[in-house]
Amino acid sequence: MSERVTVAKTYKLYIGGAFPRSESGRVYPVQDNKGKFVANAAHASRKDVRDAVSAARKAFPGWSGATAYNRGQVLYRVAEMLEGRRDQFVAEVTAAEGGRRGASIVDAAIDRWVWYAGWTDKIASVLGAANPVAGPYFSFTVPEPTGVVGVLAPQQSSLLGLVSVLAPVLATGCTAVVVSSEERPLPAITLSEVLATSDLPAGVANILTGRAAELGPWLASHGDVNALDPIGAEDRGALAREAAGTVKRVLAVPAEEPDWTARPDISRLRRYLEAKTVWHPMGD
Amino acid sequence: MSTPTLPASLDDATRDDASLRRFLHGLPGVDQVGVEARAASLATRSIKKAAKLWAINTAISMVDLTTLEGADTRGKVRALAAKAKRPDPDHPDTPQVAAVCVYPDLAATAVENLKGTGIGVASVATAFPSGRSNRTAKLADVALAVESGASEVDMVIDRGAFLEGRYGQVFEEIQAVKAACGDAHLKVILETGELATYDNVRRASWLALLAGGDFIKTSTGKVSPAATLPVTHVMLQAVRDWFTSTGELRGVKPAGGIRTTKDAIRYLVAVHEVAGEQWLTRKLFRFGASSLLNDLILQRRTQLDGHYSGPDYVTVD
Repeated sequence: MSERVTVAKTYKLYIGGAFPRSESGRVYPVQDNKGKFVANAAHASRKDVRDAVSAARKAFPGWSGATAYNRGQVLYRVAEMLEGRRDQFVAEVTAAEGGRRGASIVDAAIDRWVWYAGWTDKIASVLGAANPVAGPYFSFTVPEPTGVVGVLAPQQSSLLGLVSVLAPVLATGCTAVVVSSEERPLPAITLSEVLATSDLPAGVANILTGRAAELGPWLASHGDVNALDPIGAEDRGALAREAAGTVKRVLAVPAEEPDWTARPDISRLRRYLEAKTVWHPMGD
Repeated sequence: MSTPTLPASLDDATRDDASLRRFLHGLPGVDQVGVEARAASLATRSIKKAAKLWAINTAISMVDLTTLEGADTRGKVRALAAKAKRPDPDHPDTPQVAAVCVYPDLAATAVENLKGTGIGVASVATAFPSGRSNRTAKLADVALAVESGASEVDMVIDRGAFLEGRYGQVFEEIQAVKAACGDAHLKVILETGELATYDNVRRASWLALLAGGDFIKTSTGKVSPAATLPVTHVMLQAVRDWFTSTGELRGVKPAGGIRTTKDAIRYLVAVHEVAGEQWLTRKLFRFGASSLLNDLILQRRTQLDGHYSGPDYVTVD
């Protein structure tokens, strides 16, 4: 009897809670770290970026308007689902990144997600303030989500890096359009399957697979994107110039990918929040 | 009859109630599967680059910028008039829209704000949107619109009478309204969403054309489904056939539910393929829409600026 032929998957994009093929119809082969063919991934085009941005914009009022507590619960639920798919993530991360640290990377990623989930209802009291003013007024500063955030995910760290850049966007109440690692997209695709089957509303996170060099400029110049994380891009200077056309917030990121296992802080949360200050007359 | 050149057979059709009924029921039936398949296949045509920019500009120039809400104010009409004159202030070369469409009591405000621009003022009338009133009230409604200076009147037909088969009554009513319009153009709203079948749409189209409507319009926008591509196909066939038999050019206006540039371009393709190239002008084809204009402007900017724009950069209305 002949040897069984394995069924290779052709994955799709994750836009607006659905899994469409790329508008362009393109796919590209994905190899593991030894160069062996694993699967086909959708090769997103600029029109997929456009669709993802409109989906993210549509989801923004609902997600940013949900209570911080509710957002926290939804993100915890995502962490539970991540835990449920732990073995699959370990296999995919190991295939993509090699080495023997797959299990510890996945554990760190799940813990990272929970860490950010916990911040949803605490960040306002850390970054907000009751300002001392010289007059008969109360003055409050409250942080509000920036809007739609474009994320060019890290190219090397396919899961922990991705979670470390995506979770803070969602925790603040922003919605995200993510371009995954080009050569290591499978953990991102599995993450999108996790997001689709958790309680995250459709369109809050949109995950595209493809080339950051091709899609980055479209995200950077898009008039309806409010912030850009260019960590997975090569030519960040050019992206920053494109983004300046619509006065976008562009994250200052290190030239090399940082050590994602390092203990995180709230700096990423802070960057996706705008301060709103309210003056209110005091009664006598 | 406003059409003295009418050939004998059409003239006979309007002689009395019985011959009108005989004529309308003698029209060939619409092949439902065929017209839907043709509409769907034409909708897949890809329009890019320079052709797309041309289509966007043409579509903008065909828009009847509409506000038909109970909550309409004079301020809203003034804002709409400003937008009609200069749809995209960042790109002053953007064409102006064809007309502003309002309720009759606000027509005077629109006329005042559009004086000297060449942009028309369309006013709905005849107990819009239901058409449920008597002839006197309907004609008074038309008179209000015309006296306010509206250059176009959008009337609704009496769907109840049409569905009961009282075609003569519908016919006379359109004629009476046409007479009351004077110089104003008459658009006849068929409200295809309430006519149930394509055969009825074809009959109502012919009825409106026979009675002298300058335009046939799909819907009020208050009933779902509003304009659809297959229904517009049937109406475009009617104006084309009218042109073939009488030599007169009449227009079509789909209204309601057309919100994206992609949709608008599909309609333009249908106009070109079903009626013909000479219908691709604001004199013979209009879009009744409100949110469509913003999407057309955004897409126009994408074509010209080379990057995507967003709803933060156009007016909210």
